[in-house]
Amino acid sequence: MSNFLKNLFGISLAVFVLTSHATTAGTPLGIGTPISKLEISGWNIDARPDGHGLPKGSGSVEKGEIIYIEQCAACHGDFGEGAGRFPALMGGYDTLTSSDPNKTVGSYWPYATTLFDYIRRAMPYGNAQSLSTDEVYSVSAYVLFVNDILTEESTLNAKSLATVKMPNRNGFILPDPRPDVKKVACMKDCKTEIIIESFARKIAVTPEIKKDPSN
Amino acid sequence: MASGLAVAAVPTIAMSTDLNNLPPHVPSWSQELGDGVDVSPYGTPSKFEKKVIRRTVPWLTATPESSVSFTPLAKLHGIITPNGLHFCRHHGGVADINYEDHRLIIHGLIDRELIFTMDDIKRMPSVNRIHFLECAANGGMEWRGAQLEALQFTHGMISCCEWTGVKLSTLLDECGIKPKAKWLLAEGADASGMTRSIPLHKAIEDCIVVYAQNGEMLRPEQGYPLRLLVPGWEGNMSIKWLRRIEVGDQPWHTREETAKYTDLMPTGKARQFTWFQECKSVITSPSAENPINGKGFVEIQGLAWTGHGKIQRVDISSDGGKNWQSAQIDGPILGKALTRFRMPWKWDGKPAFLQSRAIDETGYVQPDFTELRALRGDWSIYHNNSVHTWKINTGGDVENVQLS
Repeated sequence: MSNFLKNLFGISLAVFVLTSHATTAGTPLGIGTPISKLEISGWNIDARPDGHGLPKGSGSVEKGEIIYIEQCAACHGDFGEGAGRFPALMGGYDTLTSSDPNKTVGSYWPYATTLFDYIRRAMPYGNAQSLSTDEVYSVSAYVLFVNDILTEESTLNAKSLATVKMPNRNGFILPDPRPDVKKVACMKDCKTEIIIESFARKIAVTPEIKKDPSN
Repeated sequence: MASGLAVAAVPTIAMSTDLNNLPPHVPSWSQELGDGVDVSPYGTPSKFEKKVIRRTVPWLTATPESSVSFTPLAKLHGIITPNGLHFCRHHGGVADINYEDHRLIIHGLIDRELIFTMDDIKRMPSVNRIHFLECAANGGMEWRGAQLEALQFTHGMISCCEWTGVKLSTLLDECGIKPKAKWLLAEGADASGMTRSIPLHKAIEDCIVVYAQNGEMLRPEQGYPLRLLVPGWEGNMSIKWLRRIEVGDQPWHTREETAKYTDLMPTGKARQFTWFQECKSVITSPSAENPINGKGFVEIQGLAWTGHGKIQRVDISSDGGKNWQSAQIDGPILGKALTRFRMPWKWDGKPAFLQSRAIDETGYVQPDFTELRALRGDWSIYHNNSVHTWKINTGGDVENVQLS
């Protein structure tokens, strides 16, 4: 059969499928192209706590330190202590009930796989998805090491990463308990006095806005 | 009501007014020809509105690429946010994507793993929906006390647009969901590779894969050419530059849904997967940016919204919450959309404390800060839906305060 006839046949078959099913809810329209596992693999970069998605490869704290100092320390500090407004990656233990909670990988993150997933997709900041799989394992190992979750001699791979127990693993409440405030709408004589607790003007951190009514 | 007060008001003339343009003089625009139709192929607002722009708070974040800009709510009207003024929250800058080069992959626990071009998606059955989009951190800077002086910064991480696209359920039907599937992972194509887990029931209920916003293709900063919209839930889930959806049987616990968009409680435990944006309202005029110009008639105007459906009622107090009156709802009352309210008021020139309080169709009443803090502590960040207080001073200027 000529290519012309094959194409013609393909088109008329597609039209037949469309017209026979278009009005049935939930039935495919035949739009979209099948994609191969190889094509998916280039974009499929997520990792889940059960290890789903973690790629083959391995890294070590030792190699991770070298990469970290070169590519991460400028924003996150040599030991993950943070720099300027960039987030700290370590420390903050026992601060979650304080008035200044420091939510770091070590003090807050419930899963080590999240660290791997995030470095792999978004770091280094401004040069995302540039690290090899082994380098991502190594940097993950180093960040866990500075949080005293791994020892200095440790290595990481798909199997060992999924078994890392994070200190704040049980620190989360599910499902959402809201609505947590339950009240009726009082309409009259709801309060006896008004006390002003805070004034934004006294803090004076607002970028300038011209309060010109014509703008 | 206005007519009875008309003689009491003294017209004021702004400093920038040119008296030669006022009667009995004839201004130049009444004599000379203006621009032709070919001068501005894609129009822009009047140059006299140039101060109505998105603004930022530079000290909030380390870099402008992972930061936020705020919508000038006080200067907007109706319920639709103009595309150029929609607040922006990026985590890796604005991805600059060619329509022809964008692809959406859907894979995982489905019968047919598929890749879609933009033309494929635009060929599918489409829907238009008007929905608000609010960052979970809207008002977050106010948790510890009144901090920012303008409505733009206290409430400007919200918008409302008419969104056009394909129901996510339509795309999932195309792939055939396997019985074990319970969750989706949505992923952006930007340099942050933003990812959020979304429960399958929500995906099927009302999520939309969006390509157009208020009648035109999405703006780059809103995810051109394709984004997810998760109506009524925290904005971070509405993944921009949507490139991949993986279907699975459990959540992924991505960085944004563990380390970031979780609510740490005074006990040291954190609430996770707090998706809903609860019922909230704010008075947009008078406000810090809209001071009162003399005693007499004032129309109180504002916006209300809820992630749980429709707004049922909005109440207004001018005495700091001692007494309340119900406002008039003006315009459409749509599910998970901004809703306008108005109330005529006569200002007597004395200090006043203006507040609005919305009630949604579930009967939920917008709380005060004292009620939120009693449960969630003073150090929370996200999901602040407290009543907001504007203090009207004797000069007519308006400031942000918090009351107990």
